[in-house]
Amino acid sequence: MPDELYRLTAHEIADLIHCRKVSALEVARSFNTRISDVDPKVRSYITLTPELAEQQAIAIDEAIERGDEIPTLAGIPWAIKDNMNTRGIMTTCASKILDGYKPVYNATVVDRLAKDGALTLGKANLDEFAMGSSTENSGLFVTHNPWDLDKVPGGSSGGSAAAVSADECAFSLGSDTGGSIRQPASFCGVVGLKPTYGRVSRYGLIAFASSLDQIGPLTKDVEDCALVMNSICGKDQMDSTSLDIPRPDFTKSLRNDVKGLKIGVPKEFFAQGTDPDVEKSVMDAIELLKSLGADWKETSMPNVEYGLPVYYIIAPAECSSNLARYDGVRYGLRSTKSTDTIAMFQHTREEGFGPEVKQRIMIGTYTLSAGYYDAYYLKAQKVRTMLRRDFEKAFEEFDVLITPTSPTVSFGIGEKTHDPMAMKLADVCTIPANLAGIPAISIPCGFKDGMPIGLQIMGKSLDEETMLRVAYTFEQNTQFHKARPNL
Amino acid sequence: MIEFEPVIGMEVHVELQTKSKMFCGCEVGFGGDPNIRCCPVCLGLPGSLPVVNETAIEYMTKAALALNCTINKQSIFHRKNYYYPDLPKNYQVSQYDIPLGVDGWLEITTNGQVKKIAIRRVHMEEDTGKLLHVEGNRSHVDYNRSGVPLMEIVTMNPPPPGLHQIESADEAREYLQRLRAILVYLGVSDCKMEEGSMRCEPNISIRPKGQEKFGTKTEIKNLNSFRAVYLGVEYELKRQEKVIRAGDKVIQETRRWDDANGLTAKMRSKEVEQEYRYFPEPDLMPMRFTEEHIETLRASLPELPIAKAARFVSDFGIPQSDAEVLVDSPELANFYEDCVKCSSDAKAVSNWIMGEFLRLINSAGITLNENKITPELLAGMLKLIDNGTINRNMAKIVFEDMFSTGRDADKIVDERGLRQVNDESAIEEAVNKIIATSPGEVERFRGGEEKLMGWFVGQVMRESKGKANPATVNKLLKDKLS
Repeated sequence: MPDELYRLTAHEIADLIHCRKVSALEVARSFNTRISDVDPKVRSYITLTPELAEQQAIAIDEAIERGDEIPTLAGIPWAIKDNMNTRGIMTTCASKILDGYKPVYNATVVDRLAKDGALTLGKANLDEFAMGSSTENSGLFVTHNPWDLDKVPGGSSGGSAAAVSADECAFSLGSDTGGSIRQPASFCGVVGLKPTYGRVSRYGLIAFASSLDQIGPLTKDVEDCALVMNSICGKDQMDSTSLDIPRPDFTKSLRNDVKGLKIGVPKEFFAQGTDPDVEKSVMDAIELLKSLGADWKETSMPNVEYGLPVYYIIAPAECSSNLARYDGVRYGLRSTKSTDTIAMFQHTREEGFGPEVKQRIMIGTYTLSAGYYDAYYLKAQKVRTMLRRDFEKAFEEFDVLITPTSPTVSFGIGEKTHDPMAMKLADVCTIPANLAGIPAISIPCGFKDGMPIGLQIMGKSLDEETMLRVAYTFEQNTQFHKARPNL
Repeated sequence: MIEFEPVIGMEVHVELQTKSKMFCGCEVGFGGDPNIRCCPVCLGLPGSLPVVNETAIEYMTKAALALNCTINKQSIFHRKNYYYPDLPKNYQVSQYDIPLGVDGWLEITTNGQVKKIAIRRVHMEEDTGKLLHVEGNRSHVDYNRSGVPLMEIVTMNPPPPGLHQIESADEAREYLQRLRAILVYLGVSDCKMEEGSMRCEPNISIRPKGQEKFGTKTEIKNLNSFRAVYLGVEYELKRQEKVIRAGDKVIQETRRWDDANGLTAKMRSKEVEQEYRYFPEPDLMPMRFTEEHIETLRASLPELPIAKAARFVSDFGIPQSDAEVLVDSPELANFYEDCVKCSSDAKAVSNWIMGEFLRLINSAGITLNENKITPELLAGMLKLIDNGTINRNMAKIVFEDMFSTGRDADKIVDERGLRQVNDESAIEEAVNKIIATSPGEVERFRGGEEKLMGWFVGQVMRESKGKANPATVNKLLKDKLS
């Protein structure tokens, strides 16, 4: 059994540790071995910290020996998307411009998980600065989908999703700005949750688009998701946008019960370009929920079609400002090409940023500039409000909204890189939840040609509980979450 | 020949003396090694986020209220985006179209005329770090100052009806002095231009008298004292007039005040006109004020200098000029008032404080709080003057002694034998002696040189070691010399 510890879910491992059937060190070693076995193929990780994980494990085991209270995630190994600060451990955002950068502080979520006993396995690959939908924009290397190594894991949290899918960690954290947790979760056949904006502290998350970014868990099942949410959610004094609200125990939502649940199915999420097999899987899932006592109805959210263009004005605008600080003055790459300040800024950024990042910075700078601000940025924010109102109206009638997570399943590495528009269309189902700030989860609901299909469940603002209950119910009545790739 | 009239706008930045910075817990200090009061937030490290210093907001709101502004019930922060090595995030968190306070005024009285200088806005922002250029084309950056709370106060030109604008170097200087007094009274800043906690950038233009359209304006930087502001504005006004009369055009530019040479010089031109791409700061919530909160703050404002001076004039009957000196600092004003409570001669107290007291404090280089003279001590001494125990000459000696030892006047007078001599026969003895030994002067006095009376008085006072009752001396001399 110790050999295959890496195959278990976090809650299964937690049970074994709490019953003292297995030590944290055995768990750490199991995952470290698994990583050495498969990561050369999958390439989920940028930086590995096997010794740290084992040190942390030893400390947990000693605490348990002493009879200390065992924290909820004690001995559970996890992967951190490499855009979250880890003190003293290289943090790159998969960008050359942060070459060698070691933060002097931990992201709040890192501290919270450490306090709850989780073990740090390493930093997971991503699209550079979280910009992309396939992890092909990583400035370092591409991550491979464990289900088919020639295919993309999705993005931008591709490394985080692949690591969970390949059993290279018990869970991981990703960040979601336009779908970057949910879409790779759906491509890799794992669970991925984007919380309500403000649930989880962004302090220490290297910012991409401040009004959209949220950190969330990627896990093997819904129960694990609830456990991690319990650890990372809650007000943080260091983040003014984190909500000062009570933190529920999300494990209480894990009930197999959807009787009387009202499901809305907005047709705009099934637009042209949706793979018919994806649509079928999603509708089958909805019908299953209906057979368990829920009710569903097609609905319309007319402003959803503006989601993509609105996102591609707001996100680049905020990113152009958030990424202005990378100038070679204090940390990271500094170009050796120039001897005056402005030239140093220019050369450093030219050398350090990849093409997708540059493109978004330029678009963002343009839409914020005088003469264009009103027509683009301001207008986009107003349309965003209209979209939010569409959701508020829908949630007056429905408890949850169910859609595909992505219009397609994963695609080949290199297949869409020549067509940035096609790449961005992958986010059309996920973006609206970020714009509206509502919670959304992706769970596996089927396969097409061996590649996982993701079901997206969106909930009312701050109603992760209903959303988790629906996800759990579906999981309890299916086997998709048990499937594992052959690595 | 056309006559020109000046138009002056003032942009003032004030560092708030809060304990910590605007968006993080780092200490707001002065001096020390570089980069010792920094953290991920004020260094703009990746992943850091701002959190508003509520005391800074309170200080600024009080300042805006003291400047008669309307407080916007909802006010937001904006990002001002530009690249510079002393700006760690390459954007400054500031305010743009919804500042904290708007439409206020500040009263000045230059040349006896009361003017309410219109203030367009009072807003909040964070300070930048400091660049140090060293030899070898290298620069160092010190981020101790980065993130310090900065309040910006901007005048309105042209002013709305009923309000005014600054129209001379004198008015510019007074505007700063009055602004400083208010902010010091509120305790929100120490407003020391020499230390950079108050910075002023006037913009200056001239136009033909009576013309409504403004002339081209220039901005002046590097003014490090009120005096420099006065001189800089004066110089620039004259320079612009010269340029126009020579048939040339004033160029819109920023000029640097050169204190050593007393002139403004063209600054090394910055790159293209900066475009700041302002947008609302997504990492911070809007500030919201209720009517109750604003009124509570308004009620908590201390009595401000202008009101206090007016009250001193009406309650204590001292002249306006006295009152303005006495309200220069809250400590001095409170001291004055405490003294008046103890004694009752408000004018006498004012004279002693404005004269001897301030002289001694300044030359000793101590603060008012460190000084040994208390209202009780001063009152005690005034009583001795009133009841004729000591005369004014002796009083000066007593006062100096009190200042350095803190002993009370009675004790000093006794120990040092400074009692006024009132005994007429004793004084008469001294008078007789002087008259007897100064026949020449007596003859000259009786011959018409009335001014010599002063000399005679001086001689008698000297003879009596300064203790003779001056009135008695005068009376006896007049009697005996006539």
